[in-house]
Amino acid sequence: MNYEELIHKTALADERLLVMTAENRALIRNLPGPLGPRFIDTGITEQTMIGAAAGLALRGRVPVVHALATFLTLRAFEFIRTDVGIPHLPVKISAFVPGFLSDGNGPTHQAIEDVSLMRGIPGMTVFAPADEQDMLAMLPAIWASPDPAYLRVNTRPATYQHAPFEMGKAEIVAEGTDITLLTYGMLFEQALIAKDLLIEAGYSVGLVNLRSLKPLDEAAVLDVVKGGSLVVTLEDHFQTGGLYSILAELLLEHELTAKVLPLALKERWYKPGLLSEVLEYEGFTGQHIARRIGERLGDGAHTFGAKTKVVENEFAE
Amino acid sequence: MLGQVPYNNDYMTSEKQHELEALALRVREHIVRLSTDGGCFTGASLSCADLLVYLYADFLNVHPGNLTDPERDYLFLSKGHDVPALYGTFAELGFMPKERLNNHLKSNDSIYWHPNRSVPGVEFHSGSLGHLPSVALGVALDARMRGQNQKVIVITGDGELNEGTVWEALLVASAHKVNNLTIVVDRNHFQANIATEDLIPLEPLAPKFEAFGAVVKRIDGHDFVALEEAFSGLPFSPDKPSVIICDTVRGRGLPSIERRADRWFCNFSSDEVTSLLEELHSQEATKLTSETLTVR
Repeated sequence: MNYEELIHKTALADERLLVMTAENRALIRNLPGPLGPRFIDTGITEQTMIGAAAGLALRGRVPVVHALATFLTLRAFEFIRTDVGIPHLPVKISAFVPGFLSDGNGPTHQAIEDVSLMRGIPGMTVFAPADEQDMLAMLPAIWASPDPAYLRVNTRPATYQHAPFEMGKAEIVAEGTDITLLTYGMLFEQALIAKDLLIEAGYSVGLVNLRSLKPLDEAAVLDVVKGGSLVVTLEDHFQTGGLYSILAELLLEHELTAKVLPLALKERWYKPGLLSEVLEYEGFTGQHIARRIGERLGDGAHTFGAKTKVVENEFAE
Repeated sequence: MLGQVPYNNDYMTSEKQHELEALALRVREHIVRLSTDGGCFTGASLSCADLLVYLYADFLNVHPGNLTDPERDYLFLSKGHDVPALYGTFAELGFMPKERLNNHLKSNDSIYWHPNRSVPGVEFHSGSLGHLPSVALGVALDARMRGQNQKVIVITGDGELNEGTVWEALLVASAHKVNNLTIVVDRNHFQANIATEDLIPLEPLAPKFEAFGAVVKRIDGHDFVALEEAFSGLPFSPDKPSVIICDTVRGRGLPSIERRADRWFCNFSSDEVTSLLEELHSQEATKLTSETLTVR
């Protein structure tokens, strides 16, 4: 089962579901025939697609819209906020190549403020699967929900066998007393490698795959904070507005403090290139993540093994 | 009331015209009464009062009794700042109690400067220009998918045509041959603060819409017979969206504010409201002293 097969199957079972795209067919190439008029390509018009999706949702449909994450969340932001957010319509946004996944496209295509923007809309839900398996596990619940939803599409192959998805629940992969990595989306794969390298170096390391940024599994995050380990927020997002900010908001709300290391993009766009080049250059491979955490803990001499081999993205526009 | 409508025609009886004129006069009274204690977009409301009265009282299959019927006709007011004309029409036609207009700008209700769905009959909120052509497109697509043949009308301002998304939505509607969608332009020849042709010229306007794939008719938007003649011809094409450009006059019905750039948003004193109501009935200009221009 892949994304296209899942959406096809779901659409056959539920006539409310529609597939829309602003000419981004990478994940839904074979659906125009089978879905007929329930496949709507509006051309390169993110704003009109979102507006039309709102109109379709007003009539009882559940439109799943597809376009690049950056154009949806930036160019069409006001349409999402105003036409989907204000009336709280169940428009489901499948945002393609978010974060580091736009690899070689350059800063125009870097959706690294998308979590910040989408979570700021009242009632909007925000999901970021670790890989394809994780994504397929959460999509049925997302599409069945009455809420508008933003999904960071991630079709990378799983390197971890995920637990079943439960709405609003994070996946606790490991618990540790020295370090806990909180992450979401495609960096989970690198976090998993970093965790093992840090364990090999003698640390007790936890790892949480948040899965959903909104709703946030506050209990899981608070448990981590109360455990007293160094909390690492790891994200392919600007440091402002994403997970680091979410954690800061939660800590203030609960009058807590914690030792936190943010690994994010601080006031900068990332260097474009092949995914392996991006992660290496920006310091987000498993090895780099382990090293940066080691440095924070005063363990700057440790190299954490050899350079991490990164599986490249399959190009699909 | 305006004394220039031809009464002998094939489209509308003179009784019907008189009835619509009387209704439009009452709607204009509501607009004037809302133009105080905080004010409202008076000029832009008066220009489309006749259009809204015609559509709701005579043309559209939508009334207080069928607001949840999926086969009703839809009207989307994309130029949301003319909501006094819409609410005035709703109050007269029984969509909402007239007393509810007394709640204008009060926190005990949701009667404010732009439409919202807490008022029965409002299909979608608006205020940000250039949004509802695409929302209406979605509704039109769904109606077609379900084999329903109701009309989906979206009213835009002419200043609103500055927004690229109006044209983007029309481009997409044309591509998908959406013939049940009609864009109606309240062509009152003014942006917020200035004549359209002095800021972002729109003419020749009809050819622009034609070039984007629509079939266009241009009429006098204050002439009920012309409105009936144009709207009764919808859809204009089996495979294209329709556009009706309604040439109108900003401030129509009140000669003292007609065609004035500084009478877009008005907040009159209660004495001025009284004299404007007299003017509405007498058609003679009232002398106004208050400064009412609000820059967008």
